[in-house]
Amino acid sequence: MSRRFDAGYYVSEGVHSIFTHGFMSFAAVCMIVACLIIMGSFSLLAVNLDNTLGDLENENEMIVYIDETLNLGQAQAMKSTLAQVDNVSQLTFVSRQQALADFKAKHGGENSVMADLPADALRDRYRVHVVDIEKMAETKAALEQVEGVGDVNAATEIADGFVMVRNIATGVAMVLIGILLVVSLFIIANTIKLATFYRREEIAIMKMCGATDGFIEWPFVVEGILLGLSGALIAFFAQWGLYQLVAKLAIQGNGLSLVSIVSYSSMAPTILMVFCAVGAVIGVGGSLVAIRKFLQV
Amino acid sequence: MIRLIDVYKEYENGTKALKGVNLRIDDGEFVFLVGPSGSGKSTVLKLITAEIAPTDGRLMVNGYNLTNITPKQVPHMRRTLGVIFQDFRLIEKKTVYDNLSFAMRAIGASNRELRRRIPYVLQLVGLEQKGNRYPGQLSGGEQQRVAIARALVNNPSMIIADEPTGNLDPQRSLEIMMLLERINELGTTVLVVTHEKNLVNRFTKRVVVIENGRIISDGMGGYYNVEKI
Repeated sequence: MSRRFDAGYYVSEGVHSIFTHGFMSFAAVCMIVACLIIMGSFSLLAVNLDNTLGDLENENEMIVYIDETLNLGQAQAMKSTLAQVDNVSQLTFVSRQQALADFKAKHGGENSVMADLPADALRDRYRVHVVDIEKMAETKAALEQVEGVGDVNAATEIADGFVMVRNIATGVAMVLIGILLVVSLFIIANTIKLATFYRREEIAIMKMCGATDGFIEWPFVVEGILLGLSGALIAFFAQWGLYQLVAKLAIQGNGLSLVSIVSYSSMAPTILMVFCAVGAVIGVGGSLVAIRKFLQV
Repeated sequence: MIRLIDVYKEYENGTKALKGVNLRIDDGEFVFLVGPSGSGKSTVLKLITAEIAPTDGRLMVNGYNLTNITPKQVPHMRRTLGVIFQDFRLIEKKTVYDNLSFAMRAIGASNRELRRRIPYVLQLVGLEQKGNRYPGQLSGGEQQRVAIARALVNNPSMIIADEPTGNLDPQRSLEIMMLLERINELGTTVLVVTHEKNLVNRFTKRVVVIENGRIISDGMGGYYNVEKI
């Protein structure tokens, strides 16, 4: 009799085993769902934090003041030169008249002491947004080197603060997700080990009949994948409901107008893919870890 | 063919189970391996099925040198053996037919091979009408016949039976032993490990007596009147 890869047999045995050991399969799926939702919640929190920080970063702009000896036309002509500076993403020209009008509007209007300011009291300027806030200091220095630039005003300390908060948040989220992944694998392995324990006799018989380890492992791999994917699908929809609920509460309850909530549907394909991949990995990993002990016959 | 040459086995807890065992079983033989509990019988079986490795000495089974066998070769070596246990070790949730097909699937047999081989083996052990029954619906003797059928289904060159009649009454025990004798007559080597002196003495077969980790007698005939080595 020749050895061959009997995919139909492996799938049939894997599916059959899920239903034969229904309670243990249910327990394993529940564990996968719980682990994925906990991991997913942390990930979504990190995504939203990152998104909010990104919005705040975008609002953090530099002001490039044009030398006051240049006239309006010359100042406007500098736009293309400034745009070529590395890390510059967006340039908005503000004439000295517009700047003065904005200034007056912000600080007391026409009736204040500022009403008497001359029309050329302020300088022409550009509001500059950058691509990468981490390179703000370098960008500021580069802009200062451009001929015709009088001065550059950039809140580099605030930018550094954003970068630090983002890095810490990302780091903490990654560490937590990593820990949860390992814990999930451990829990799933133990759950499946319990299920496998009931089948140690079958495994021992197969080994005694001359089955290879691979032949014995494949149905468990199939079972692990199916349990993992089932858990992933349930977790995906449960996460959706949970996310909507929390988002609603956050929007209703908050003076947190700073927080911008990313919609679940915009992330859904990614979340589904990640859940399926992680579910399958912990399902298969758990199965293989669990079965290893019983293969040593 | 089995050859044990000066085989020693000492377990991790310090128990010296075998102390220089020499044994040769040729193809086509029927051999009883007898001895009291703790004599080393089970250790011999575990060595033959490659569940454990010898501490010293050489061991060959059906052309495989088990002294330096690789893990990948072990399944292939086991396919040359059919093992029968005292407690039958049938899968309760599978029918008789499925218990046999399970064993054949384990070595990669096709559906066609299953359909051809299983009815023949069931007929050989007298269970051709009971393929659809579950083990729980069979008597002890019938369950042991299923176990024998499972051991035979992959057409091994040797059957190893570990106390095959330990859970059966005398009449069923005799039937099982006669079935094993018939299987031997069809060309399969049979090694039976047993405690049952009366049963052994009813057959004129080679009897190997092991005691305290050493073979103390090996010869044709009954358990009590064998020649001491």
